[in-house]
Amino acid sequence: MLYAFLCYNNENAVMSWSKAEDDAVMDRLEVVHERLRKQNKMGPSLRLMPTTAATTLVKEKDLVLDGPYAETKEALLGFYVLDCENLDEAVAIARELGQANPGGAYEIRPIRLFANDQIAR
Amino acid sequence: MSDLGWIEAALTSARPQAVSALLRYFRDLDTAEEAYQEACLKALSAWPKNGPPRDPAAWLIFVGRNVAIDAKRRSAKQQALPEEDQLSDLEDAEANVVENLDNADYRDDVLRLLFVCCHPDIPATQQIALALRIVSGLSVPQISRAFLVGEAAMEQRITRAKRRIADAGVPFEAPTAMERSERLAAVAAMLYLLFNEGYSASGDEAAMRAPLCDEAIRLTRMLLGLFAAEPEIMGLLALMLLQHARSAARVDAKGEIVLLENQNRALWNKDKIAEGLALIDKAIRHQRRGPYQIQAAIAALHGRAPTFADTDWAQIELLYAALEQLQPSPVITLNRAVAVSKVRGVQAALDMIEPLADRLQNYFHFHGVRGAFLLDLKRSADAREAFNRAIALANSPAEAAHIRMHLDKIQESARAK
Repeated sequence: MLYAFLCYNNENAVMSWSKAEDDAVMDRLEVVHERLRKQNKMGPSLRLMPTTAATTLVKEKDLVLDGPYAETKEALLGFYVLDCENLDEAVAIARELGQANPGGAYEIRPIRLFANDQIAR
Repeated sequence: MSDLGWIEAALTSARPQAVSALLRYFRDLDTAEEAYQEACLKALSAWPKNGPPRDPAAWLIFVGRNVAIDAKRRSAKQQALPEEDQLSDLEDAEANVVENLDNADYRDDVLRLLFVCCHPDIPATQQIALALRIVSGLSVPQISRAFLVGEAAMEQRITRAKRRIADAGVPFEAPTAMERSERLAAVAAMLYLLFNEGYSASGDEAAMRAPLCDEAIRLTRMLLGLFAAEPEIMGLLALMLLQHARSAARVDAKGEIVLLENQNRALWNKDKIAEGLALIDKAIRHQRRGPYQIQAAIAALHGRAPTFADTDWAQIELLYAALEQLQPSPVITLNRAVAVSKVRGVQAALDMIEPLADRLQNYFHFHGVRGAFLLDLKRSADAREAFNRAIALANSPAEAAHIRMHLDKIQESARAK
C-alpha cells in the first residue's frame, strides 16, 4: 500500500530556526530517508515554500486569493505536482482542473525541495 | 532538536504577536514587555511538562495578561499568585483567547508594535535598534554588537527612544484603511533599512551584522503572513530574498565585497532565489506596481541570469525607467544608465549621466561609473580624473581597490604605447 505522509508544524516557529538548526533536522531526516531508499520504500518527497508564497483558487467563486487555504471544514483529499512556467499558468491549470471537478479549492504552493525518488514496482 | 530548542523557536516566533497584544491590553510598552517575560518563564516550566500549546502566541498572551493583572492586584492587596498547575492547564481558556483574537486584531496589533518603532522623531538607526529590542526581542548586547557600539551607549539610546514613544503616545484606536497603508509603508521602509544595515556591511563587520538580514526577512515574512494581499510587501520580501541569496558570493575570503559581475553564481542560494521569484509572480498579478516590486524584478533578472553576460539589460533598463517615473532620483538615473550602456552603447549612457554631475558630485558611484564609461570611450585622461575623484570618495577599502584596478589598467596601457 502506498501512503502519503503530510507534514504539519508551527510554521512561524520552523521559519525561526537558524540555518544550523534547519540543517541539523534535514541531516537527521536524511539518515531515515537513506535507509528507506535502500529498502526501496522511498517515493517522491518534498518540502514546500512558506505559506506566504501560496495562492488559493476558490473553485466555485473563481476567486484567486493570496495565501494558503485557511478553512478547516474541508479535508485534504489529494494533490498534484505540476511543472508550470509561472503562477499564471498554474492558476490557469487549476481553473481547468476545477471545471472538471468543481467544489472546494486548490491551494497552489511552490515547492522548495523536490526529491523524485521512484519506487521500483 | 532538543526540547529547549523547540521552545526557544516557538517563543521567538510568538513574540511579536504576544507583545503587541499585551501592549493593546496594558497600553504601556514596559508593562507589556514585562508581562511577556513572565509568560516566557512560565512557558519554560510548563511546556516541557505538558507539551507545546497549540497556539503558543495565544498561550503567552493569556498567561502574560493574567500574570500582569495579578502583579497589579498583588501590589494593591498583597494577594498570592495562582498555583502553578492552574496556570499550566489552560486548554479551554486558551481556546477562548484564540476565538477572541481573530486575525484582524493580530494584524493591527503587530503592525502597531512595528509602527511605534518608526516614530519620525526617532532617528532611523534608532528605530531599527528599537524594533530589534521590542519586536524581535534581541538583547541589548546582541544589538550593540550588530551596531558596533558599546552596550551602555546602546542601552541609553533604546531607553531614550522608548521614552520618546511613551511621550508621543501610542495610537491605540483601530487604524482606518488609509492609516493602515501609511503604517505599512513606514514599517516596510524600516524593515528594508534593517535589512540594509546587515547587507551593506563588509570586512569583519559582515559576519556580525549578517543576522540583521535574517531578522529583517523573518519580520517581513511575518508581516506578509498578516497582510497577505499587499503586493508591495510581497515585493519587499522578494527583494530581500533575492539580494540575500547572493550573500555567500558577495564577500571574498578577505571579507571584501565582490561586484556582481565577478561573483561565483554557483554560490548563490537557489532556494531564496526561487522563493523571491514566486513572490514576484504573486505580486505582478495585482497590477499595482510599486518601488519594492520593481527593484525585486530587477534583482530577479540578475538572479535568473546564469552568467553576467546573459543578463537581460534591455528589461532591466525598462524597469529602471519605471522606477525613475515612480521615484525620480539621480541615483536611479545613474543605475539606469549602466543598463543603457549595455543596450544602447556607452556614449548614450554618458550623455544621460553628465547632467547629474552637480547633484551627484559627492557620490562615489557617480564618479566610478562615469570613469568606466569614459574609459570605454578611450578618453583615458578624463577617466583617470573621474577615478581619482571616486577614490577620494570611496566608502570602503573594497570600493577603493576596485577603482585602483581601473587606474592601474590605464597606466599599463599608457606604458604599452
